[in-house]
Amino acid sequence: MEQTYIKAINIALHEEMRRDENVFIMGEDVADLGGAFKATEGLLAAFGEERVIDTPISEALIVGAGIGAAVLGMRPVVEMQFADFISCAFDQIVNMAATLRYRHGGKAACPLVVRAPSGAGVHGALFHSQNPEAWFTRVPGLKVVAPATVYDAKGLLKSAIRDGNPVVYFEHKRLYRSIKEDLPEGDFTVPIGVAEIRKEGGDLSLITYGGTLGPSLDAARIVEKEDGLAVEVLDLRTLLPLDREAVLATARKTGKVLIVHEDRLTGGIGGEIAALISEHAFEDLDGPVRRVAALDTHVAFSPPLEQTILPDTNRILEAIRGLAAY
Amino acid sequence: MPETIGARGEAEPSPRIEYELQLYYWMKLIRAFEERVSRLHRQNKILGGVYSGAGQEAIVTGICAPLKDGDFVAPLHRDMGVFIMRGVEPSRLMAQLMGKETGLSRGKDSFLHGGDMEHFVFGSTSMLGSSLPVAVGAALKFKMKRDPNIAVAFFGEGASSRGDVHEAMNFAGVHKLPVLFVCENNRYAYSTPLEKQMAIEDVADRAEAYGFKGHVCSGNDLLAVLEVTERVVDKVRAGEGPALIECKTYRYRGHSEHDAALYRDKEELIEWESRDPIPRFEFYLEKKGHDIKRIREQIDEKTNQVVQQAVDYAEQSPLPDPKEALEDLYASPAASVTPSSNSNSNHGAR
Repeated sequence: MEQTYIKAINIALHEEMRRDENVFIMGEDVADLGGAFKATEGLLAAFGEERVIDTPISEALIVGAGIGAAVLGMRPVVEMQFADFISCAFDQIVNMAATLRYRHGGKAACPLVVRAPSGAGVHGALFHSQNPEAWFTRVPGLKVVAPATVYDAKGLLKSAIRDGNPVVYFEHKRLYRSIKEDLPEGDFTVPIGVAEIRKEGGDLSLITYGGTLGPSLDAARIVEKEDGLAVEVLDLRTLLPLDREAVLATARKTGKVLIVHEDRLTGGIGGEIAALISEHAFEDLDGPVRRVAALDTHVAFSPPLEQTILPDTNRILEAIRGLAAY
Repeated sequence: MPETIGARGEAEPSPRIEYELQLYYWMKLIRAFEERVSRLHRQNKILGGVYSGAGQEAIVTGICAPLKDGDFVAPLHRDMGVFIMRGVEPSRLMAQLMGKETGLSRGKDSFLHGGDMEHFVFGSTSMLGSSLPVAVGAALKFKMKRDPNIAVAFFGEGASSRGDVHEAMNFAGVHKLPVLFVCENNRYAYSTPLEKQMAIEDVADRAEAYGFKGHVCSGNDLLAVLEVTERVVDKVRAGEGPALIECKTYRYRGHSEHDAALYRDKEELIEWESRDPIPRFEFYLEKKGHDIKRIREQIDEKTNQVVQQAVDYAEQSPLPDPKEALEDLYASPAASVTPSSNSNSNHGAR
């Protein structure tokens, strides 16, 4: 049956709560309202207020309490209403959750999921458009996933809930209702740490994730038709741990790599990927590793500003053509 | 639990007498452990920060003694005594402080950041007060699962200024969670005195704003701490909601062993040392007819022995293997994760 990305998240939550009574939901407006984006719609009616908990505006508490329940064997799925607000819970995620197992000598686990609706392109302005994944992708002890498809939205959320570690799950708001897929019913998971080739090709590799997979595939199809270029598109799906083998394999295969993300350029994960490729696949490269990302500024509100700042199909097209001609 | 001591030679000691002697033993053991740790630090045998809780032993003893197995305790960075009271082996604790493989964190973190979840003692971070939301989450679990347990979160008056503390107490109040907040008010946040930290006299006053009761007691009087804890813990356990106990006390040593605490008035320290919880409790035992001199000798011998054994164990323990730096970061994938088949590989493509 055809489903939206947000519905896939909602279905995953329903199924996991049914499967495991230790799974519970906590966050701002998640119960009565069903979440600001309706990701948790219907859960209150199905599972009751003990397992679907509306909280005060207290992000540190939401994550911290999730950690306390998780170390006692629960599997909390907590929601940051917007990924932008995750900064208020930063200490709990980075210092409390990520170091927990390490500082307990491997004798404790924190199976916690932090859902974070991220991304721009919805006129959200400075504080409802952020892509803060790179703040977390360098933190050992965490896992970070960013599904780009309806299938992955469900499968990665299920894997995150079943994982024994704290997982930050970045869901892209622009994808919520803009993409639809035929979603298989029933239980399936998508493994954390495994990237996926979305389109094969031998001329150039495009590495991306989350909100920029769509524009990347669009650009790849255009150059295939208009320029006869076969672009291989790799969807990272998980940002921590990074699927290094898949990254290096596609780089070695095509010799030219373009990295695309909606997070801003400086300090984005694209830099890490470029370094990885130059360290381990330098001899196979036929050109510089290039990046298309948001400009190094905040995501401004007014449409001409926002459009200038964010990467789009045209910028990706231009970069593909430039790199192909190198 | 440490073996009961001190009652030997008494004619059929009553349970209450045995209990009181046990409490005395615990305070003495914690003090002896703390003093040895400070000495080991001066001898460069313990590296890194050492945060002495000397002078505050009555609090951890009086709060922890009435707790039950399975209660979740989040100590603050000075609460060596919590680990001892909850049954963590002193030898493993000493190994933790020396960065040894046999320590609670296997050398990963220093001092009291290594927790011991086998005893439901949660390791704190250096972000003071950040354990309170975690303890509240543990209490939430107990309430959801109808467990008969409570969570206890220790914090200093210094940490009481942090937002995490307020968020935690507010949520605990809203949901009437079985959590006991314990404020060890030792009058200084590192060097910053009380009057520069808050405009009110008692941290306990904050409880009312979150819909539960705050209690104040002398943190240097074991019987006072015990009396309020026994009364309050039963109510928390019975589902009447959270409570806050503020224990007024004083930190004998600096914020850490590196800190000479020259910002404090010497007279103030002397005044507080004269209110030391251990002689105070000895006086009580003596008034009850115990031969305190004999008991003290017995207990000193025992605590010295326990502490020495801990030091020997820690010193003989190996340091971690360098390759372990990359271990204990992640739990291995849960067995319940169903492996994904490759057949779904193109479902996601648009």
